[in-house]
Amino acid sequence: MPVSPKQARTLKHRSWVAFLVIPSIVFMSLFVVYPILSAFAYAFYDWQGLARGEFVGLKNFREVLFGATMAPVVWNAFLHNVYALIALMIVQNGGGFFLAWLLYKEPFGFRFHRVAVFVPVVLSTIIVGFLWKLFLNPNFGVINQALYSLGLDALAKPWLGDSSTALGALILANAWHFVGFPTLVYLAGMQRIPPEIIEAARLDGTSEWQLLKNIVWPLVAPSTTILFTLLFIGAFNWFEIPYVMVGLDGSPFGTTDVLGLVFYRTAFGNQSASIQNFGLGSALATLLFLFIVVFASMLTLWLRRREIQF
Amino acid sequence: MTALTSQAPASRQPISFALLAQVILIANSFIMLYPVVVMVLSAFKTTGEIFEHPFALPDFTQVGNFAKVLGETAMPTYFVNSILVTGTSIVLILVLGTMAGYAVARYESRTNTFILLFFLAGLMLPLKLAVIPLFILLRDLGLLDSRWSLIVTYTAIGLPSAVFIMAGFLRSLPSELEDAARIDGASEPRIMWSVMLPLARPPMAIAAIQNAVPIWNDFFFPLVFIQTDARKTLPQGLTTFMGEYTTDWGMLFAGLTIAAAPITLLYIALSRQFIQGMTAGAVK
Repeated sequence: MPVSPKQARTLKHRSWVAFLVIPSIVFMSLFVVYPILSAFAYAFYDWQGLARGEFVGLKNFREVLFGATMAPVVWNAFLHNVYALIALMIVQNGGGFFLAWLLYKEPFGFRFHRVAVFVPVVLSTIIVGFLWKLFLNPNFGVINQALYSLGLDALAKPWLGDSSTALGALILANAWHFVGFPTLVYLAGMQRIPPEIIEAARLDGTSEWQLLKNIVWPLVAPSTTILFTLLFIGAFNWFEIPYVMVGLDGSPFGTTDVLGLVFYRTAFGNQSASIQNFGLGSALATLLFLFIVVFASMLTLWLRRREIQF
Repeated sequence: MTALTSQAPASRQPISFALLAQVILIANSFIMLYPVVVMVLSAFKTTGEIFEHPFALPDFTQVGNFAKVLGETAMPTYFVNSILVTGTSIVLILVLGTMAGYAVARYESRTNTFILLFFLAGLMLPLKLAVIPLFILLRDLGLLDSRWSLIVTYTAIGLPSAVFIMAGFLRSLPSELEDAARIDGASEPRIMWSVMLPLARPPMAIAAIQNAVPIWNDFFFPLVFIQTDARKTLPQGLTTFMGEYTTDWGMLFAGLTIAAAPITLLYIALSRQFIQGMTAGAVK
């Protein structure tokens, strides 16, 4: 059947558009959509190594949340993720906000400071982790060496070996690594505030603190929304820094264990004991995934509403 | 302006405040840079020198650690693997992302909203958590323990952001451009290639940097997918290397310095583009 010129054109046009879009759709379906949907399905099966066994319903989920061996480990790790989230919100995002405000005024050398604060952000987390692990070494690390040379021997500690300081050390290493990111995102947000608003407030004699609290902070709300959401997702996916600095077991005595480490140990095994359980791993990943999606959406919606209120 | 405000009686921003700000900024930049400086200095020292004089300046002609890292370890192999994996992933992300972004931005279609939602989902979902099925899929495809396992994973992760960056930019171009070319009888592929894409280099650079830095630095997926030492990327190889030379701190710092050097130098040369690219998702 002969096609009219118009039909030919639309057919040709359609196949051209399809040619543009279909490769990406296929790629994403195969390597993102399919694995994510499978991850849910896998959690309902029993696994023997890499082979899928029988359907076991919610057994894996029960084991992760309430099981005698797994649940205490999971909840212990979850708590550390929450600590990390709260601490990083204050140190990393809060610190970034204040640094951004100092840079916003363009003081002497601000160009240099802006580049400097972002240097650790471009480094690999592996490099950052190893660097701080060497610096925090109890005998030869520069941190303790500096304390000795200042005569503060009493403060020197095996930072990563001490249950009371290990998690804090990981959090600070993470903050060092990433504080430049919120700083520059907030700086961009502040630079979009119409300068007249800030000048007017200054001329009215508003104090620095009031200016920050009542004018700048509300007006950078869109930046806060995205930074807090990203930090939330990042804190519950936390893996690299703990893995490099304290190892897969979250030593000492699980005081630095986080869900990312638990997931890896469960799914892919430990160097010492190579038991791997894809069923439990998938159940943990599914729960974590749902937790992140539900809470991150709620957080985003709440922060968005807050943006409009101001 | 500043002089005026600081003289105004109502202003409560005295000189001391500016001084305090300056002190904080200098202290912060010191904290950000000094660890990197100590790393580089230590790379020129022997292990004994590091332990005895951790803060002293080294003899910069003493490059034995670097020679050993480059000559006796697998570091150069890791380096080449990182370049291959990052480079191929970025090319795939840019080609596929530009194609899809172009279609969404320049052609009216009922499926556009669906396509955008599809990519938006990909942007939000952390693929890390689907690593078990991804692992099995790659094994079934025979890609496990190959560089392609990483390339397809990174491309899938990077594609959505590239589609959004490209579509956002391409949508802002005036339609007079393509209409003129269409009246001249140019075909659609020709319009895209010769008229529109030459204008789209800045967003391509942003999409490239935004994806290249996390791909270059990624450690998680190689850890799960790659076993053979000859196929490891730099961050993963670094963990092998750090495990082998635990007591030779001079070597360790030299290894870290070599691993950090390319991206740090590139960042110093192109800091504006890096900052713009890496904050592109969070700054609108």
